[in-house]
Amino acid sequence: MAVPFKEANIDAPERPDSTQTVTIETRLYLPQQTPAPAIMLAHGFGGSLRSVHTQAEEFARRGFVVLTWSARGFGRSTGQIALNSLDREVRDAQKLLDFLGTRNEVQKDTGGDPRVGVTGASYGGALSLLLAGVDKRVDTVVPVITYNDLAQSLLPNSALATPRADATPAATAFGEDGVFKRSWAGIFFSAGMTSIDLSSPTGEAPEMGQTESQQPAQQPGGNSGAAGQPPTPSLGACGRFTPEVCAAYTEVATTGRASQQTLELLRKSSPVAVTNQIKQPTMLVQGEQDTLFGLDQSDATARQITEAGGKVKMVWYAGGHDGGNPGTSLRGEIADWMAFHLQGKGTDPGTGFEYTVQGAFRSSGTPSLRTVVAPSYPGLSGSSVERKTVKLSGREQVAVNPAGGNPAAISNLPGLGSALSRSSAISSRLSIDLPGQAAVFTSDALDSQLLLTGSSTVRLRVARGDQSSGEAILFAKLYDVSGDGTRVLPGSAVAPFRVALPPDGSAAEVTVTLPPAVRPVESEHKLALVVSTTDQAFANAEQPAAYRISLASDSLSVPVVPGRNVTTGFPVSALWGIVIALLVLIGAGVIAMFRRRLAHDSDPSLADVPLVISGLTKSYPGGLTAVKDLSFRVEHGQVLGLLGPNGAGKTTTLRMVMGLIHPSDGHIRVFGHKVTPGAPVLSRIGSFVEGSGFLPHLSGAANLRLYWAATGRPLEEAHVEEALEIAGLGDAVHRRVRTYSQGMRQRLAIAQAMLGLPDLLILDEPTNGLDPPQIHQMREVLRRYAAAGRTVLVSSHLLAEVEQTCSHVVVMHKGQLVAAGEVADIAAGGGEATFRVDSPSKAADVLRNLEGVHDVHEDEDAVHASMNGVPRAAALSALVAAGVAVDQAGPRRRLEDAFLELVGE
Amino acid sequence: MNEHDVHTDPGAITELTDAAAHQHTEVAPDGSAVGYKARRTLRISVELQRQIRRRRTQLVLGFLVLLPFILALSFEIGQSDPNRRSGGFVDLATASGINFVVLTLFVSGSFLLPMIVALFFGDTIASEASWSSLKYLLAAPIPRHRLLRQKAISSGILSFFALALLPAVALAVGVVWYGAGEVVSPTGEAAPFADGVLGVALAVCYIAINLFWVAGLALFLSVSTDAPLGAVGGTVLVSILSQILDQIEPLGDLRNYLPTHYAMSWADLLSTDVDWSEMTRGTFSALVYGGIFTLLAARRFKTKDVTS
Repeated sequence: MAVPFKEANIDAPERPDSTQTVTIETRLYLPQQTPAPAIMLAHGFGGSLRSVHTQAEEFARRGFVVLTWSARGFGRSTGQIALNSLDREVRDAQKLLDFLGTRNEVQKDTGGDPRVGVTGASYGGALSLLLAGVDKRVDTVVPVITYNDLAQSLLPNSALATPRADATPAATAFGEDGVFKRSWAGIFFSAGMTSIDLSSPTGEAPEMGQTESQQPAQQPGGNSGAAGQPPTPSLGACGRFTPEVCAAYTEVATTGRASQQTLELLRKSSPVAVTNQIKQPTMLVQGEQDTLFGLDQSDATARQITEAGGKVKMVWYAGGHDGGNPGTSLRGEIADWMAFHLQGKGTDPGTGFEYTVQGAFRSSGTPSLRTVVAPSYPGLSGSSVERKTVKLSGREQVAVNPAGGNPAAISNLPGLGSALSRSSAISSRLSIDLPGQAAVFTSDALDSQLLLTGSSTVRLRVARGDQSSGEAILFAKLYDVSGDGTRVLPGSAVAPFRVALPPDGSAAEVTVTLPPAVRPVESEHKLALVVSTTDQAFANAEQPAAYRISLASDSLSVPVVPGRNVTTGFPVSALWGIVIALLVLIGAGVIAMFRRRLAHDSDPSLADVPLVISGLTKSYPGGLTAVKDLSFRVEHGQVLGLLGPNGAGKTTTLRMVMGLIHPSDGHIRVFGHKVTPGAPVLSRIGSFVEGSGFLPHLSGAANLRLYWAATGRPLEEAHVEEALEIAGLGDAVHRRVRTYSQGMRQRLAIAQAMLGLPDLLILDEPTNGLDPPQIHQMREVLRRYAAAGRTVLVSSHLLAEVEQTCSHVVVMHKGQLVAAGEVADIAAGGGEATFRVDSPSKAADVLRNLEGVHDVHEDEDAVHASMNGVPRAAALSALVAAGVAVDQAGPRRRLEDAFLELVGE
Repeated sequence: MNEHDVHTDPGAITELTDAAAHQHTEVAPDGSAVGYKARRTLRISVELQRQIRRRRTQLVLGFLVLLPFILALSFEIGQSDPNRRSGGFVDLATASGINFVVLTLFVSGSFLLPMIVALFFGDTIASEASWSSLKYLLAAPIPRHRLLRQKAISSGILSFFALALLPAVALAVGVVWYGAGEVVSPTGEAAPFADGVLGVALAVCYIAINLFWVAGLALFLSVSTDAPLGAVGGTVLVSILSQILDQIEPLGDLRNYLPTHYAMSWADLLSTDVDWSEMTRGTFSALVYGGIFTLLAARRFKTKDVTS
């Protein structure tokens, strides 16, 4: 969702009291509700209003009017870059404040004073401080990764003969006559020459709770001033800089030293000129990965504002010019700050101190981070920062400066810092010290963890090693050395210092402030102080020289800031979600339980009938109907045969009786109780349906015992021994079922069905796979079992099987009932007789003439008749007397006829 | 053994029929034989006996005991710098016994542990179906909801035992090999050994909760198919798919909805100041996915026609 904005060009005087004007391009982003407080959002060096578009939209969504503009000399604004001069850029910004005062969308304090906060990164951060210092209409200010004193940033000197008494953690020497930070200054200057911004960080710094995969894609950073335009290569040697700035840079870049005039120019353009005027609430955001504007710059700003009576909140994040822009949550924190101080919304962000501790890398490739919060930035009021002492040791060493300062040690790669921002800890391992060019002093292994937070200090002694020049340029750095010797340079930062050496060869003693950093130094690790003669990022001494370097005091003073680790707010919604999810699960369980309770259905009048099936139908979605409107009863003491060819629906019916498959229609009652899946009445049924089912890894005996244990019934009801004897497996019962033959499994399965001596025994094709003697025994078992007061239901596709085993029979075909009744009845056909004769028509005539005989009909080679009490012998003799040759005479086998008819189809 | 030895002694038939003639089944009001109580069917101890005696279960548990030894041995063979104190989980593995446990959990967290849970839950019903024993259990009768519940609880016990066994063995191995020193976290914090043990114990509990979704899905597939391999493999495939999608950055915040997204959140427990937010979300996510799959499994199993 894009936020609407209005563009406007605003003219401002080129300088105070000048008639010439410059045109400043601006954008005014409007939130959904106006009037609202305004935020002025300044861009970084080399950028334009387009490079802060995304952040402007974010603020607008939080309900602020946002004003962005291109500073003079950048983007489409005209004029020349004067490095945030109080007379030029700052005046332009005041003009913009006037403009905000005229807009109805902007909330006003009193009269024409707009309610406004100012923020910006780097160059824009310095502007926000300068504007807050000179113009009281600014209500709050959040400068990000910016400088306090440009002279100290570009020409730092970290050594002083007498140490300063600053009590803050990251206070550095800020000595005069510093060492030129050549690489960074060049990049910074060329950004103004070509509108290609190498100085602003690209991408975002990693944040706590983020994994690498959560990193958003790189935003179009502050690069390439005007979008789409090819970079203007040059506008002469001075580019878009004012002649004064250009001359000052040329002087420093060529000589490596700054004249008083140049220092004045830089200092006048720096926040340090106005920090004593800033009374507005200030949140200083500085990066821990920043070799351009280090933590010492915000430290100085914080001290100066506090001394003048202002209130400061300090935030150090895991980014900076080498490490990336503030990430989402830090930008959110800035917006929260603005919301509290401009809108009065949210909780008071306070005036505390937050810093981010980077740990080692995870396997995913991002460093793990945690944020530590202290109630205030130490040393600003009253008590000074806590310092711990680490003993260093090392003899006096000689370090040589090569002629021309080349080759030089490598500590950081300015400009590439952005490219390496994702791997700042990797770049911190890139540092190289050249042999012979450095003195090294090492501590013992630490016996507990030390969380270094700020600038350590050490006192050094430097003397001439030979007839070298009268001063030494040296670079101090503090390595974290792990047990295996891996060295890490926290923040990739070095502390350059220039020290004048007494001509008599005696030693100069100086206190060196090492670069401020945040680093958890583990126990067992060592600290190593390296003092080298060269550094690739700085203007090194040209003259070859040798220096004798030693420790003036063996104690390294390390600042620590105790605090509590921040945990991200407890996710209340997720917690509620857990509670609701658990309640839903419990609720579903309770509902299911009540529904089961209500499902019970019994008919007491049928309590003695083992099985009643009525209207049973099972049809499948595909249109197949396996059982159709089947009804029959099994009475107590019967051995009922369910006869039908394969596919008649016998097994499906039995499965429904066991509650394994759900009938489509009709119902089944066992001893009066309706059968549902798992109905308790099923405990009175023993079953063997379509094959055995045993755990193959257990023996036969173990299978039966575990099966009975699974029913939960008392062991004495099971009669396991008797059942096993019925199976008659001999020693094989102790072998794994896996090794059994088909027949053995079948017998074991039938034994399992008989466990607990069930009232209704259901066996599906029990004689399949048995040999004839075993089949014979099986019939015996079933008959005698029924005789002992039980009921047996046997299915079979073999007529002989049913005839020989069963008392009653139900014939099924294609899922429907064909015939039902006593086996004898159906088999004997109710007194009908069949005579196989040579001449059926003649025989039929004879039989019709016999008294009592009726229903005579003939087919190919036989004649059938209902004898109605007439003995078959009488009919036989009548036939013989009539001269009919009788081949065979006997009861009519209707069952067989019916069955053969079915099977024959 | 030859078939002639397999025969029924005629005396046995008499014994059985005598027993049948003398034992008159008493009937309870719900129609069941007295002695049968639905709530006593398939007790956990019975189901555990059925499962533990399987070679599959024994092999899995044996492998989990062996794994820490293999890991320790491989560190021994490839050892370059003993007792490292910085770096990621793998680099830190030899810093102390606890760090070794953390490594073990870390390397097994994405594939091995989900697979074990998928195995115990996915196999439990499907293997009964493949043996044809399911129908006899249901006709015993064990009510379907109870069968599912008892099997799920047993699988849960086995899974949790396996999940706890691995770090327990790893802890023993780690303490013997690398000592009971401070545990070092990748954020550079050091914590005493006792805190480390507590952290690992909590981590195991979190992993167990987080894998609830795997259990639910495996159970659902287990009641949906008669092929144990299909249920287990299907679950593992879904887990792998989720992990692959979790690496597709353009999906952005959508990946928070992936069931494996919070699988490694237990690493937060190793910090001295524990951040519970990710684990809370992980618990919620696992509960929702696991709950939905479990309810689906119960519904499917309740209405299913058991044909094998």
